[in-house]
Amino acid sequence: MDATVHKRRKHYTAGAVVWIIVEYASLIFFGLCAVLPIVSCVITAFKTEEEYQTTNVMTLPENWLNFDNFVKAFQTANMGRAFLNSFIVVACVLLVSILIGTQLAFILNRFQFPGNGLIRNLFLFASLLPGVAMQVTVYKIMTTLGLVNSLYGYIIMMCGTDVISIYIFIQYMENIPNSLDESAIIDGASYWTIYWKIMLPLLKPAIVTSCILKGVGVYNEYYAAQLYLMDKKLFTVARSLYMFVGPMGSKYNLICAGVLISLLPALIVFILCQKQIYSGIAAGAVKG
Amino acid sequence: MEAGSKVVRWAKSRKGQQAIICILFMAIPLLLLFVFTYLPFGEMVRFSFYDMKYATPREKWKFVGLKNYIDVFTRDDCFNALKLSLYYVVGALIQLALALYLATILSFKVRGENFFKGLMFFPYLISGIAIGFIFKFFYTRGFVFDTVLQWLGFELDNLPYWLRDQSINNWSLVATSVWRYFGQNMVLFIGAIMSVDAELYEAAQLDGANKWQQFKHIILPGIKTIVTLNVILSITGSLSAFEQPFVITDGANGTGTYFVIMHEIAHVSQKIGLASAMAVVLLLIIFACTILQKLFFKYLFRDAESEEESYAAKRARQKSEKKAARSKKGVA
Repeated sequence: MDATVHKRRKHYTAGAVVWIIVEYASLIFFGLCAVLPIVSCVITAFKTEEEYQTTNVMTLPENWLNFDNFVKAFQTANMGRAFLNSFIVVACVLLVSILIGTQLAFILNRFQFPGNGLIRNLFLFASLLPGVAMQVTVYKIMTTLGLVNSLYGYIIMMCGTDVISIYIFIQYMENIPNSLDESAIIDGASYWTIYWKIMLPLLKPAIVTSCILKGVGVYNEYYAAQLYLMDKKLFTVARSLYMFVGPMGSKYNLICAGVLISLLPALIVFILCQKQIYSGIAAGAVKG
Repeated sequence: MEAGSKVVRWAKSRKGQQAIICILFMAIPLLLLFVFTYLPFGEMVRFSFYDMKYATPREKWKFVGLKNYIDVFTRDDCFNALKLSLYYVVGALIQLALALYLATILSFKVRGENFFKGLMFFPYLISGIAIGFIFKFFYTRGFVFDTVLQWLGFELDNLPYWLRDQSINNWSLVATSVWRYFGQNMVLFIGAIMSVDAELYEAAQLDGANKWQQFKHIILPGIKTIVTLNVILSITGSLSAFEQPFVITDGANGTGTYFVIMHEIAHVSQKIGLASAMAVVLLLIIFACTILQKLFFKYLFRDAESEEESYAAKRARQKSEKKAARSKKGVA
């Protein structure tokens, strides 16, 4: 590998060399910009109270194995409970929205019934409405339905307000040939069997992609969580960080530890599923 | 009895089964769509004509006609907030340019491509509240940002208070928004660039085209649509800028964007009518932008068809080939 690069370098013109320098300089500079805020958090999270008070924020901690802040942050924000709640919310929302999303995509893609176009347009139009603005009146409806301050109410709302992944499913289904359905029908399969035994397994890549993106989105949802989950026992991870606002607002060694704990799941998912995340973002862009 | 067996026979026929599965499969999504999107939408329009709070019983709502709408345009806080979106529009354009630049670099052969891509993308996966804390810390006097600037030779005394100084604090917030989203834009553009025919690059390289020429004549035309789409989306996105000011400054010191003010009016002052009117006004602006976007695209495509017929034809052919290949894979 090195040898071939070396060989090619002989043919590089001065302009090309300058360009290569600019390329890498840009990448390193913007890469640093992207990690600097997070790195500074990591540095501070490992500092003892005294170190934090006396040293500059960018001075490295004396002991990189000082996990006291993490333990304390975990307890203060009651993050054990928060992780459990977040897990329940993410799992339920994904299960429900993947089921209803693929089902809706199935009938919209496979059957020409009156109202098919209308339903597609209704969903398309809904995607134009910005979430924060809608919460003004969704809040009123949630209160009326008695869904405020309960985990299942929050779950139902989260399933209902984001149905965009339907587009990814429909796109994907367009590439699954109709002949598969037809041969299954000849074999006497019902439509439910076609959906459950043929479509769902074939849709797996699309489902995985949309699970990852949606899962991260639901896990990170903060605005709706702070509107609808008031009881401390119901806090999700993102919501639980709010505990650090107020009296503890300047104890950044503790706060940084809490922040880092909260982004750990997203980091793990990111490291494991980079490819799916990138392809999901590219696929989501096509819908517009 | 007769009618009953008819229904059973119908339900067993293909047509009947189709109808049943359609109704079954769309009932829940449509119900959710109605309850959480169209019902609130209707209520929003209705509430915007009333003076009311969340807890006000129905019979005590006061009909005020267009007063709420007049308020939106005459109250200082609402209208000024709308002007703040201009900061975010500028930020969004910088963000797109940056994303396009880095996407271009990363789509040529570079070392550590995945590493840099991941580094710059990761901020997109951090929750809004965590970003709030990270940047409150980052911008605090004498903390991270100031320290780095001091390393570069700036005097602390000459530096402003990044979140308090009204001449700079909106730019500070816009920068966090760029930080959060540019990686996502970049990944999107890389995806688009990758879908451009690789043969075109090879041909261009053989012809001795340099990187800039490759960018201008191959990459840019190939991803024109997606870039334009994102430019337009960024305008609607800027109008609804919310999370960064909400979690970092809570709208203090003149950083309250339209949605931050709306949130306050709705959930703190509980003026639901006014907040609804604000929401409706913004929705109308967004619809206007969307319609303009549709018209613009029609214009763009008409243009593109005449100019780049051979190119478009080539892409279409490729696309259908890809499709065929994928469906083959699907069968296997």
